[in-house]
Amino acid sequence: MTLSSLMPVLPELIVVIGAMALLMFGVFKGDNSTPLVEFGALVVLAAALVAVLLQPAAPASLFGGSIVVDAFARFFKVLIIIGAAAALIMSAPFWRNHKLNRFEFSVIVLLSVAGMMVMVSARDLISLYLGIELMSLSLYVIAAIDRENVRSTEAGLKYFVLGALSSGMLLYGSSLIYGFTGTVSFTGIAAAAKTPSIGLIFGIVFLFAGLAFKVSAVPFHMWTPDVYEGAPTPVTAFFAAAPKVAAIALFCRVAVTSFPAIASQWQQIIVFVAIASMVLGAFAAIGQKNIKRLMAYSSIGHVGYALVGLAPGTEAGVSSVLIYMSIYLAMTLGTFACIIAMRRDGGQVEEIGELSGLARTQPVMAFILAALMFSLAGIPPLAGFFAKFYVFLAAIQGKFYVLAVIGVLASVVGAYYYLRIVKLMYIDEPVQRFLPMSRPVGAVMLLAGAFTILFFVYPAPLVAAANAAAKSLF
Amino acid sequence: MATWPILSVTTFLPLVGAVFILLLRGDDDAAKRNARWVALWTTVITFIVSIFLITGFDKGSPGFQFVEDHPWLGGSIRYKLGVDGISLPFVILTTFLMPITIVASWHVEKRVKEYMVLFLLLETLMVGTFSALDIVLFYVFFEGGLIPMFLIIGVWGGARRVYASFKFFLYTLAGSVLMLLAIMAMYYQAGTTDIMKLLTHGFPREMQTWLWLAFFASFAVKLPMWPVHTWLPDAHVEAPTAGSVILAAVLLKMGGYGFLRFSLPMFPLASELFAPMMFFLSVVAIIYTSLVALMQEDIKKLIAYSSVAHMGFVTLGIFTFSNEGVQAGVFQMISHGIVSGALFLCVGVVYDRMHTREIAAYGGLVNRMPIYAAVFMLFTMANCGLPGTSGFVGELLALMAVFKANTWAAVFATTGVILSAAYALWLYRRVVFGALEKDSLKSITDLDRREIAILAPLVILTLLFGFYPAPVLDMSAAAVGNLVAQTKAALMPAKAALLGVQ
Repeated sequence: MTLSSLMPVLPELIVVIGAMALLMFGVFKGDNSTPLVEFGALVVLAAALVAVLLQPAAPASLFGGSIVVDAFARFFKVLIIIGAAAALIMSAPFWRNHKLNRFEFSVIVLLSVAGMMVMVSARDLISLYLGIELMSLSLYVIAAIDRENVRSTEAGLKYFVLGALSSGMLLYGSSLIYGFTGTVSFTGIAAAAKTPSIGLIFGIVFLFAGLAFKVSAVPFHMWTPDVYEGAPTPVTAFFAAAPKVAAIALFCRVAVTSFPAIASQWQQIIVFVAIASMVLGAFAAIGQKNIKRLMAYSSIGHVGYALVGLAPGTEAGVSSVLIYMSIYLAMTLGTFACIIAMRRDGGQVEEIGELSGLARTQPVMAFILAALMFSLAGIPPLAGFFAKFYVFLAAIQGKFYVLAVIGVLASVVGAYYYLRIVKLMYIDEPVQRFLPMSRPVGAVMLLAGAFTILFFVYPAPLVAAANAAAKSLF
Repeated sequence: MATWPILSVTTFLPLVGAVFILLLRGDDDAAKRNARWVALWTTVITFIVSIFLITGFDKGSPGFQFVEDHPWLGGSIRYKLGVDGISLPFVILTTFLMPITIVASWHVEKRVKEYMVLFLLLETLMVGTFSALDIVLFYVFFEGGLIPMFLIIGVWGGARRVYASFKFFLYTLAGSVLMLLAIMAMYYQAGTTDIMKLLTHGFPREMQTWLWLAFFASFAVKLPMWPVHTWLPDAHVEAPTAGSVILAAVLLKMGGYGFLRFSLPMFPLASELFAPMMFFLSVVAIIYTSLVALMQEDIKKLIAYSSVAHMGFVTLGIFTFSNEGVQAGVFQMISHGIVSGALFLCVGVVYDRMHTREIAAYGGLVNRMPIYAAVFMLFTMANCGLPGTSGFVGELLALMAVFKANTWAAVFATTGVILSAAYALWLYRRVVFGALEKDSLKSITDLDRREIAILAPLVILTLLFGFYPAPVLDMSAAAVGNLVAQTKAALMPAKAALLGVQ
């Protein structure tokens, strides 16, 4: 094996080596090095992004076919890197304000990014598991990064225990699939799994249960509200963005490339999970007062919509998932930028009532948050509408009419709680102003807001990229 | 044919004005004044631009004109605009009413900048709805209008504004999402979202039924038809005057326009199948909501219910599938746009002075407000369809068409005309006539110059269209003729097949 044969995994190598180097630097320099490490992590991510973008279009396969670098993987790597970078950018001022000085955060984020990049490139069950575990273990740690805070440690512990359970299910499912097909490679499984045997179906169920946990789809969503609420806000922003995108990508690849011949088997699972997630996400969020919990339920709902696109198992369907996750990423990052900006003299506030009258105290932030809320609700002409449009279009084309009807009705219910936030900001009387927003947070908010509002002007590039990426799976 | 994209300019000019107002600095009186003037000039210029649409429009041609076509979402979903004789009147109605509503809102002092921005944004979305020639683009404009209207009702509305704005938003959204699914199904079946191609596509009979129902869910809520009209009185009562005007004059027409543009020509078989149901619902709407209007104590609510009744005539006319009926539908919508808009402006006039909409709080206004009494009289008469006003033409044409199609429906609908005279005249008598007894009314002033300026164009148009309806009827004749001919042609083979079986 020559070095040049490793070129396809250059982005992963950059991230891993960068993480190690920054870790050594931090360890020797102590906590004073935090700003430098943060900056270094951003440089590493930028380098990895450039490396991903410069990769040739032709798919490349490595390590005996267990890793593949195709348009699909590259598409998601770009999203993951953007999500992680935005979370890092927003977290720096947050840690300063909270006197939390931990250089490890940036390093662990880099490691989790490496895990996610392996996930979206995985083409056998072993690399799938490696990627998931590298990501998950990093996430458990950063959920509890504010270790003096009871809520943060509780969130980390809860996440770890439930996450370990889901990893167990995932492994169990993988072993069953291996047992009944005799191979761990996705293409090998596809060739072997021509008829649904009981053992294989059990394997799929367990595998999908594990994956559903990672994307926080109902009925494996219970950890989400608690972890979202307990973890420090930039960490929550990170959780809601990059890992979710990576896990959905993995979900798509496993489902579509490993089990094409027995699609009707796994489609039932996806349909059920999608409906349950959309409905629960819509109804459970109505009663929430804490905006992070509300966003947790909202993200559960959005995973449901993304899975609607996966249900038909078609190329158009996968493409719609890619579009959905790209837009979801922007909306989530923008919303969490606003949540991070909800800061008063006494520290961070998280009750939605605190947003009251924001349109008069901070009109720009209110305008962008309102646009994001309408977009999350899926109202045209904002980006969120096009996201929903493509997934439902795929569902209709796949003749999943009931799924589509339930989905759009759930989106009407869901619109209620997004509207409530708009109502608080625009209709209710103002309370005290928030402290001025730090510049990085403001930048993320403005960029995400601009993307969401102006997406309709020139949507073709994203759609074309998603179509090309989806094609590489078929 | 024009060489510059008139339709795009008409559609997006208000948006440019909105962005300009957003960039205005400050919150003082100067900024408010600037915002008002920018909004007024933007809407006036937009109206002037839209005049070019009338002058350049070829009345003889039934097809779409001023077509613009650019790639947009990829695939066959394109940015395509164009108007024909059915949509052009609505575009003009919108651009014509907008300057009036801006002037009507001149004394709004609360958050003026945002107010003007939202109205300009709304104008872009309304014009876009009527001129979109791609069904996805249509949906984007159609549904996007919810955002500004939600905020207009919610922020500048009356006491129960939050309830009303949520009800408005969720009701209309629930209706529309089903239409969205139908749009997707059509895209899948026909492989295109181009309205011009879909018009001649010919969907299978079974599918038409479902698609028709999905579109019906959206348009019936929007129009609104009985029994899904209940959001309208709430929204109207709570909305600020200008919001009510736009809601009644333009937003409701989107439902009727939708029936004309989509339901009838694209799903003719289903339209015929459901025509009896439409007649029934329309007749119920006319009689029931007229009776409800009779008992209202709030002036705006009364006019809101009367709107539902008048929209009943529109659906009656449209579903006769005849030239006169469809023409009547278009004309009645334009006429109602002018008359109901004017009525809400009239209510706004007294509301600005007295800050109440209770009928009981008024009486004897004629003693102190003679001009107002005359203007209000004219629009009241137009509302109940007195000959010589535009209201008469629409109702007469509709009833004539219905009489041919379904005599019983015509008989019942005609009683609605009597009822409408009853509630309108009774309202007028209680508000304007009688002795001026209430102390609070003793110092009320007549219309000022601004109010005369905004009502005068509406007075002129109401009378003009009452005596000489040809401008609207001629404009829509060719397109309506084409629409009816196509619908009938699509029904022919089906009928022939049916006869063959017998």
